[in-house]
Amino acid sequence: MTIYIPTPLRIFAAGKDAVEVQAATIASALDELTHAHPELRKHLFTSEGKVRAFVNLYLNDEDVRYLPAREATAISPADTLSIIPSIAGGGQAREARAATAQRCNGARTEKPNAAVLLIRRAARTANKKH
Amino acid sequence: MSVLRLNKAVFNAIRAHGQETYPHECCGVLLGRSTPEGWSINSSIKAGNTRTDSAHNRYQISPGELVKIEREALKRGLSICGFYHSHPDHPAQWSQTDLAEAHWLGCSCVITAVAQGNAVLTNSFLRAGETEESKRFQPESVEVSE
Repeated sequence: MTIYIPTPLRIFAAGKDAVEVQAATIASALDELTHAHPELRKHLFTSEGKVRAFVNLYLNDEDVRYLPAREATAISPADTLSIIPSIAGGGQAREARAATAQRCNGARTEKPNAAVLLIRRAARTANKKH
Repeated sequence: MSVLRLNKAVFNAIRAHGQETYPHECCGVLLGRSTPEGWSINSSIKAGNTRTDSAHNRYQISPGELVKIEREALKRGLSICGFYHSHPDHPAQWSQTDLAEAHWLGCSCVITAVAQGNAVLTNSFLRAGETEESKRFQPESVEVSE
């Protein structure tokens, strides 16, 4: 099967974006992968050997968490496994905003650095054209 | 300091997305290539914010959507090299939530402050550190080209 390596983990997989392994189950495929690229192990698994909570595994289009046998699911050579770290975030909680309302107003009062000045210049130019 | 390079069309698209979704946070994916100085962004892809319970101050991109975006990126010879989101009525600075829930080592985190519906400032931060335990954000320079 083909295991697709996400951008942040390629540095631990010799720069590869995909690795071919021969295995019977998802778990054994991950074993093969981390045997070939040991540095990946700590990024994929906890010290107890469980897949880290923020690491998502997709067998083709299926989230492995929702497969009946999960990592014990049998695989075929034509299958693909995607490793996808979670991405989320966001601004401050509403209740905390009051304390920073003045800063909020903005962004205008923040001291701009050179990069910010470049961006603002580009934005101003774009605005003039529209 | 690393440099995030993007053209004006991508830069404007990111900011316009923040204005479209105001007062909710927008989010999306940046595709590009690595350069010695940092990421060179080729395009941005809008993503859905799955945090409908608290969309005014939280965002999350479905991993299933990311799988599809990554496949598309590989077909085009590109990589997922960062993510963008907006902070409605909040500064363009990373938050503790941004740091805690960012797991893409070495990727850029572009944040646009949207004040009263207008995109006012866009900053980028590199998710640095070699492990989950040592992760941190470093400011990065943003260069916008024609």
